[in-house]
Amino acid sequence: MIGNLDYSTLQHLWWLLCSVVGSLFLFLTFVQGGQSLLWQVAKTDLEKSLVLNSLGRKWELTFTTLVLFGGALFASFPKFYATSFGGAYWVWILILFTFIIQAVSYEFRKKPNNLLGAKTYELFLFINGTVGILLIGAAVGTFYTGSNFQLSSYNFVTWTNPLRGLEAAFSLFNLSLGLFLVLNARTLGSMYLVNNIEFATVPELETRLRKATMTNFICSLPFLLYVLVSLLLMQGFGFNDQGTVSMVSRKYLANLMANPWLIGLLLAGLVLVIMAVLKTAQTDGTSGIWFGGLGTVLVGLTVLLLPAFNNTPFYPSKFDLQSSLTIYNASSSPYTLKVMTYVALFIPFVLAYIVYVWRAMDSRKINIDDVSDRGAY
Amino acid sequence: MIENFDLTMVNWARAQFALTAMYHWIFVPLTLGLTWIIAFYHTIYVKTGNEEWKYLTKFWMKLFGINFAIGVATGIILEFEFGTNWSNYSWMVGDIFGAPLAIEGIIAFFLEATFFAVMFFGWNRVSKRFHLFSTWMVAVGSNMSAVWILVANAWMQHPVGQAFNPDTARFEMQNFFEVAFSPVAVSKFTHTTSSSMLLASLFIISVSSWFLLKNRHIQMARRSIIVASIFGLLSSAFCGFTGDEAAFEVAKHQPMKLAAIEGLYDGETNAGLVAMGMMNPAKQVGDDLDAFTFEIRLPALLSLLANRELGTFVPGINDLVYGNEQENIMGVTQKIEKGKIAVGQLAAYKNAKNDGAEDAAIAALTLFNEHKEYLGYGFLDTPEKAVPPVSTSFYSFHIMVALGTLFPLVFLAFLFFTWKDTLMEKRWLLGPGVFMFFLGLVAQEAGWVVAEVGRQPWAIQGLLPVTVARSNLTVGTVQTTFFMFLALFTILLIAEIKIMTKQISIGPEGN
Repeated sequence: MIGNLDYSTLQHLWWLLCSVVGSLFLFLTFVQGGQSLLWQVAKTDLEKSLVLNSLGRKWELTFTTLVLFGGALFASFPKFYATSFGGAYWVWILILFTFIIQAVSYEFRKKPNNLLGAKTYELFLFINGTVGILLIGAAVGTFYTGSNFQLSSYNFVTWTNPLRGLEAAFSLFNLSLGLFLVLNARTLGSMYLVNNIEFATVPELETRLRKATMTNFICSLPFLLYVLVSLLLMQGFGFNDQGTVSMVSRKYLANLMANPWLIGLLLAGLVLVIMAVLKTAQTDGTSGIWFGGLGTVLVGLTVLLLPAFNNTPFYPSKFDLQSSLTIYNASSSPYTLKVMTYVALFIPFVLAYIVYVWRAMDSRKINIDDVSDRGAY
Repeated sequence: MIENFDLTMVNWARAQFALTAMYHWIFVPLTLGLTWIIAFYHTIYVKTGNEEWKYLTKFWMKLFGINFAIGVATGIILEFEFGTNWSNYSWMVGDIFGAPLAIEGIIAFFLEATFFAVMFFGWNRVSKRFHLFSTWMVAVGSNMSAVWILVANAWMQHPVGQAFNPDTARFEMQNFFEVAFSPVAVSKFTHTTSSSMLLASLFIISVSSWFLLKNRHIQMARRSIIVASIFGLLSSAFCGFTGDEAAFEVAKHQPMKLAAIEGLYDGETNAGLVAMGMMNPAKQVGDDLDAFTFEIRLPALLSLLANRELGTFVPGINDLVYGNEQENIMGVTQKIEKGKIAVGQLAAYKNAKNDGAEDAAIAALTLFNEHKEYLGYGFLDTPEKAVPPVSTSFYSFHIMVALGTLFPLVFLAFLFFTWKDTLMEKRWLLGPGVFMFFLGLVAQEAGWVVAEVGRQPWAIQGLLPVTVARSNLTVGTVQTTFFMFLALFTILLIAEIKIMTKQISIGPEGN
């Protein structure tokens, strides 16, 4: 069956798969959200340990999903990989930096003789949870607002802004998307912790977390609304049957109209997030993270699919429109996409064992015994 | 094709890749090897129910965890560095090279990431059997990731299963199985994993020797040493066998690399293998100076290693650069001429296509196709540019082999004296034993220098030189990130060493 898929279907399929991985990553940024909440919700050493041991059993999933997002884009849209990473150099380097310092922090923070002291590793986690996610949001924002690059006839990238990608963070739209992701990660983080920790000995922690769910959600709303309204009204990039790129007014609104199921995804996602927040903040329920997580995945899918389908270049260049990348001109060959589609058949199995392990490990909540163990973070 | 070649930028980008890869490789082989040994200890614990084995497992697991974290931290940058510093490479071969990286993520990294948490925190949370299963899955997952990244690396050394597409001006995959099961990939994977097992065994020998010197945890140290020595001996043997296989593949596909690591300038029939030697620093390609100021050669063995047949010819650097008609070897000079035609005709083809001149396009394409296998050579300006740094390659290779010969003797000695129950008295062995792990690391890093420096100037052997593979960045930018990574990784390494030594001195639970 896969062998018969035509090139265009494969290109759409792979953008969809990359978007699914990207959206799952956004859900899993509850780890980063939790990290940035640490100093706000955890006042004692015990509370801190509970929060970090709870997050510490999941951080690698988030990290690995980010790595896979990169790997999947490399395999399926190598021209994007080359253009964006080699061009928007500084924004990606800084994002990577925040993930490098995250990766050691859980393991090193509590260990004696750790050179930098626990506070520094907590700061590393905070930076990863704020700056890291903000910059990822800004980078994703350029799918809508465009970047400053030109490709030669051999696809060699020239970036025309000396900030090399960091300029993305200075656009109100990109910045809003970034801040929304940071605050949404915090909303998710507090819901995850509410679900994962046993609060018998630390009731104040639970109160603070439930409150943080609501405050972070409310703080995220203005940015979300700004992003959504801009999306509907803004001028976008589009291309015609000859592949010529031009500016099109209300392009993303048109894309929504052309794919009404995207409106469905977006609305369902938003409703789920709101439900999750209300459930966590107003009741003593602990399942908010599941609704909020699914909701984030659906919103994430909309955000990543909207600028790529319906004759829209997903990585537009505002400097030179014709250098813009589309799923057609940036993809791998049909052969490679087919091979990768066979490989993608593993994904359901991977998801299945992750869910199985998650359930097996988390059937009992993180408690004081877990953090006093010698192996604890 | 690409304007303003900036050699300095390329060299900084190479230095950055070398820096990040070498830091990464301090931690990875220990992860790859130690995970099997931990799984083995854990299995004994589950089978016997003896708590001593549990403490032993937990102890090595803790050291594993510290090492794993920094391995992950140094690893993420490598994947993205292909894009940031080598963007033209990413575009030109991403169609082939991206796939193993994505497969590594899907198949291997999630296994590691998911079961890692169970392995560490599953002691009282899941059943004993599922916990043990998880420990084995971490071992499988980490070694699976080695499979795919080494498939990717092997493809750079011996690019099979691909073809150049003149319309997109990039290399595209033709046969996934040729890429995945390339003999170079197989020999790389087997050599790398066996050497990693060897390194993990040395690590256990080092830590256990230290305990014995301090008169601490004697029982645990002895147990650890027995397992490690046996693992070490087996892996040394396998490492030697796969190393021979790797050299045979190099001789077939990268004769220039083989000549460089042996310091062989003029090819010989029945060529000897240098057992030991000092290279003459004044020696240049094409001159008449002696390559060595002193050397000890084992007669005819290089021919045997390279061609598996005595009396055969092994080409030297000069033969490969300037050609050797008698042996039917085309020189780089001639390859450059053909490569320049390929580069020119590719441009002509693209221009003709743009102008809609069909006949001219077909003519250019025909000529291009006749010369395309030399495309990469078209970017070299002089034939001597095709020669890698000879003495770096030579010394790295010989240091690696010498250490690889020493290690099995060390394992034998440890095993022998443990069996005789006199190890505690052999302080002359325990003292140096503590340093064996560091020698193991030297051998590991030397091995990668052989593999990567030895194939210069190529990013993709014969097809894409590093000068063309680069990103469009200024020297200053790459220098800045070079020093950022140098500083950060050095700080993290110091932290890691301090934490690790502290944990070792705390020792296992239970005693």
